Amino acid sequence: MSKKDEVVVLDFWVSPFAMRVKIALEEKGIKFEAREEDLLGNKSELLLQSNPIYKKVPVLLHNGKPLCESLVILNYVDETWPSPPLLPTSPYERSVAKFWADFVDKKIFEGGSKIWKSKGEALEVAKKEFEECLKLLEGALGEKEYFAGNGFGFVDIVLIPHISWFYGYEQFGGFKVEEQCPKLGAWMKRCLGRESVAKVLPDPAKVHEFICKLRKMHGIE
Amino acid sequence: MADKVILLSSWVSAFGLRVQIALAEKEVDYEFREENLFDKSPLLLELNPVHKKIPVLIHNGKPVCESSVIIQYIDEVWTNGPSLLPQDPLQRANARFWADFVDKMIYQCGSRVWKNKGDAQAAAKKELIGILKQLEGELGEKPFFGGETLGYVDIVLVPFSSWFYTYETFGGFSIEKECPKLLAWVRRCNERESVSKVLPDRHKVYERTCGLKKRLGLE
Repeated sequence: MSKKDEVVVLDFWVSPFAMRVKIALEEKGIKFEAREEDLLGNKSELLLQSNPIYKKVPVLLHNGKPLCESLVILNYVDETWPSPPLLPTSPYERSVAKFWADFVDKKIFEGGSKIWKSKGEALEVAKKEFEECLKLLEGALGEKEYFAGNGFGFVDIVLIPHISWFYGYEQFGGFKVEEQCPKLGAWMKRCLGRESVAKVLPDPAKVHEFICKLRKMHGIE
Repeated sequence: MADKVILLSSWVSAFGLRVQIALAEKEVDYEFREENLFDKSPLLLELNPVHKKIPVLIHNGKPVCESSVIIQYIDEVWTNGPSLLPQDPLQRANARFWADFVDKMIYQCGSRVWKNKGDAQAAAKKELIGILKQLEGELGEKPFFGGETLGYVDIVLVPFSSWFYTYETFGGFSIEKECPKLLAWVRRCNERESVSKVLPDRHKVYERTCGLKKRLGLE
């Protein structure tokens, strides 16, 4: 492994997907440069060239080579810098971790978006679906401190960034995650106590402001 | 201790077929159990309570769900024979990226081709051709996405080739005309027994889709 690794993350401060990558790199002790993209304005040439298929953040550039899609990037980071490991060692436990990471990827951001985009009956439906997803995650967590048995890892890193958006969902939806899912609430506090998470996650109040801006843009009042 | 491997799936599920190909590549003996997707078995509902979907691989009683997760699990457990994913982290990431692309794009776009009519269908058709062309671009001049041999992306994508005839017939276009290199790749994959023995006949897939359309009231 080259001693002069150049690691760049094409970033957007409020993207939970980009936050996953930054937390993983922090956990591994890898020095990186985060370059903020102006996603509501103009995307950089570098972003468009590095991710021509989706044109999205995050993109990890490792010595100039682009990696796209946050879960692909997380796997790459874990394989390239193996210590400390993000995934468990046994194939079965790895498959469980990947299953739940995939669940978070499919359900949480989209589910949460339905909350801030909706009103009335649609909002109630969105809230109920979101709560069901959180309860399933709480079930997967069980009595453990973190999702896998071996400490803070893959699923925690995939899910924790989304909590910076929860305050916003709670404001628009009129509910509290900690009340509905106390174990998840305890897990959230536990994760926020980690340096990597505290460093990377933005202020939820600022995220809420950002969502208000998005609502205006979408014509939702 | 002899491994006991059961696969809950359906003959027509592209996601299940990929797991069957992976198991065949690794020469794993398994019991195939056909699920009726309109009347799911208690075992399926018990072992995949979150999504209630096939495929589910049951290895010595333990369930593994989500086809991409299953294939990676198979690759890690049965290390005899060829590795389905490349060894190099950058190449592995590239394989994962394209498998994820197939996963995100083909099923939902292809479904819109056979479920819709008129403008909606025309739009879906255009999108599908675009997706297939992007995959053709990634294949390039290589015999397989995995390079010289069948790999992860090939296994993930090739089952959808049984659906090409369905998309073409409903959409009124020829995938061979639009993406000749991709069709050459399909034929190359079918030279492997792991693929040719598993993939269903395209006419049977079409007939089944016609029946499904009626059942869903989409005539």
